[in-house]
Amino acid sequence: MTSLPIYATTGQKIWHYTFRVIVGLILFFLIAPIIIIIPLSFNAESFFTFTPEMLALDPAGYSLRHYRDFFTNPDWIRPLQNSLIIAPFATVLSVSLGTLAAIGLSQSHVPYRRAIMAILISPMIVPLIISATGMFFFYSQMGLWMEDTLGFSRSFTGYVKVILAHAALGIPFVIITVTATLVGFDHSLTRAAANMGATPTQTFFKVQMPLILPGVVSGGLFAFITSFDEVVVVLFVGAAAQKTLPWQMFTGLREQISPTILAAATVLVAISIVLLATVEMLRRRSERLRGLSPN
Amino acid sequence: MAEQMMAADGRTLKSSLNRALRRQKLRALLLITPLLLFILITFVVPIGQMLFRSVENQIVGDTIPRTVEALADWDAATDPVPDEDVFRAFAADMMVAVEERVHTRLGSRLNYETAGISSQFRRSGRDVEDMGEDLTAQFTALDPAWADPATWVALMADPDWIADSATAQTEPAFVVADAARDALPRTADIYADFARVTQVANNDSPTEEQPWNVVYIALYQDLIANPAPQIAGAPDGLLGAAGAAAAGFVAPDIRAAFVDSDAGWGSTVTWQTIQTYSPAYTSSYFLNSIDLKQTPDGIEMAPENQQIYVKLFIRTLIMSLTIMVSCILLGYPVAWMLANLPSRQANLMLILVLLPFWTSLLVRTSAWKVLLQQQGVINDLLVWVGLVADESRLTMINNSTGTIIAMTHILLPFMILPLYSVMKTIPPSYLRAAKSLGATNWTAFWRVYFPQSVPGIGAGSILVFILSIGYYITPEIVGGTSGIFISNRIAYHISSSLNWGLAAALGTILLAVVLALYWAYDRIVGIDNVKLGG
Repeated sequence: MTSLPIYATTGQKIWHYTFRVIVGLILFFLIAPIIIIIPLSFNAESFFTFTPEMLALDPAGYSLRHYRDFFTNPDWIRPLQNSLIIAPFATVLSVSLGTLAAIGLSQSHVPYRRAIMAILISPMIVPLIISATGMFFFYSQMGLWMEDTLGFSRSFTGYVKVILAHAALGIPFVIITVTATLVGFDHSLTRAAANMGATPTQTFFKVQMPLILPGVVSGGLFAFITSFDEVVVVLFVGAAAQKTLPWQMFTGLREQISPTILAAATVLVAISIVLLATVEMLRRRSERLRGLSPN
Repeated sequence: MAEQMMAADGRTLKSSLNRALRRQKLRALLLITPLLLFILITFVVPIGQMLFRSVENQIVGDTIPRTVEALADWDAATDPVPDEDVFRAFAADMMVAVEERVHTRLGSRLNYETAGISSQFRRSGRDVEDMGEDLTAQFTALDPAWADPATWVALMADPDWIADSATAQTEPAFVVADAARDALPRTADIYADFARVTQVANNDSPTEEQPWNVVYIALYQDLIANPAPQIAGAPDGLLGAAGAAAAGFVAPDIRAAFVDSDAGWGSTVTWQTIQTYSPAYTSSYFLNSIDLKQTPDGIEMAPENQQIYVKLFIRTLIMSLTIMVSCILLGYPVAWMLANLPSRQANLMLILVLLPFWTSLLVRTSAWKVLLQQQGVINDLLVWVGLVADESRLTMINNSTGTIIAMTHILLPFMILPLYSVMKTIPPSYLRAAKSLGATNWTAFWRVYFPQSVPGIGAGSILVFILSIGYYITPEIVGGTSGIFISNRIAYHISSSLNWGLAAALGTILLAVVLALYWAYDRIVGIDNVKLGG
């Protein structure tokens, strides 16, 4: 497959190129829908298709009006702010709890390891709609309790509810990536550190943490994207004051679709490209550090 | 005797090692516990509670306890409509429920089983207050003291409560005297409810409110059963006179009053429904979720026009299978190519697969919504090429086609990545060996390469299937009515129809399917081997 030998028959040649065309078409199917919304978001009209001016590459056919709307309209600004409040807190929560648990799970003698693992992974397995309904009942009771007994404001409680719910959803990703990194971790290093007089805390921060950091960071990115992209749970658990960006997009798509959604989508694509690049870089770095990959 | 090995601290080596092992286990558990508790409390328990709602049915027994008790001996075969006692109990229950504003909730609950009951509850909820007012008038005509709240408090209240409420700043919760309970059991029972509702729901005091008509009905019943009740400390002669006169009163006809308020109360079906659904636990939600119905005569099929859930489950399965097969067909060539390209090019190509994987689900769904519309890019292109006439643009959205296209796109990376990781481990020399032994290209692929890639197909398929069977967002946006999944129905019952029990039952079935598949996935691939993004 890699390259066509000179002795290939005509049939083989035809197949070789047809196959590449097929794969090319499938990749086109994967990428095109994402790419095509980028030029569409610069449309000067409120249409969801290319206008004749756009096809003629006439500058008058393009404008930034949808971006202006996205960055000035409170209908979009508030959700963006909410997403940027909720996702980081949820990430910090799932990364800190998740990393500790992953380190615990990677020890050699953990009783009931499989059962514990199954419970910790469950938020990823259970269909979101079921998690959302379960959390809906639980968090509405908890919200009432927090408001009545602890006396917190309604908006604060709202954020706490969504952050806790999102943290639970992000935890499986942290567990999986961090345990994967810990598989390659040489435990004699911690023993060596202890041997040289380091306390367990010192060993953790100076020896173990730097080595598993790539796994922790990419787990964190997964947790972040999970929360940042999540809509089902926030629809059920959150109130209108906690409306996030995906929620706003979801309502937009379901009710009346405004072209600003394409500008929002383009911004999100840019964010995902940055995240993807970061994760790839970290993955390669950690493979290099562990000597798994020669380059 | 062989000398035991000793550790430096003088213990035997064995116990010393055991101690170290125990400590290690403890430390591991200590690290895991916070997260485990967090997940158990905020995730596992709430889902368990939600699933419990699928069998829970306490609302009937809690809202109309007296009616449920009175109905226990009723037999529809001998007596098409229950007797006056049941209606009197029902009037008392309704009065309490109306004052606490829960009767409509019970109406909606029973309406899931028999259509129309909800409006009966709403209508009679407005009328129940006036039922039995003639009887109340007869009591007050006998002695005006019966209209005085103070008379009732003197009869019913516990002496300690009277003493407490005289000194306390805010009135303590009402307590019925034991003597009243012994002498006038029904009256004491409903009066206790009256006092509670007056205090809690209406923020008032029983010392200032005349009791409901249903309290007088209960008193009438008690006096008929026992014309000379004795309550120490009751106002002189009051009870005795009433007891003597009660037999001569015109008996209230509550049954007629209810039937007058809504003819539905005269129908056997209504009472059969209440009787059938009075137990605290029910299988009816599960029966409903597979288009069955619990009737007094046993389990039957639901009416033809209400049979939607079995169809919906089948549709969800078929569409998930279609999506899975499309993912295999599209994913296999890409994974093959990825596995056989030199690593630099493969990495570049992998990015094309990973970018959609990392892109927001909403972005991809909106892209498809925009592309597939009748005035969208794809239709424009087809019209421009001339494949489709402008009048007959294709409908590719708001139906199952839209759902399948969009979800195949969204789930394709989940197929490609596990396939790729399996194919990477198949040495290319096997294919060359097969060919050098005389196999054609096809035989070499089918007999040598393909069987080795089956674990990858299995892993990818289960993953895609698990994810697609529980999907909600994409079908909701591009699925219209014919392209929706069971999840959309669950969401509908949670947020619109408020039939939470049915939503929980549907959810339980869905969860059971997913967990079974997950178990299979764990057996085939192992949960520890889940890879994210390469």
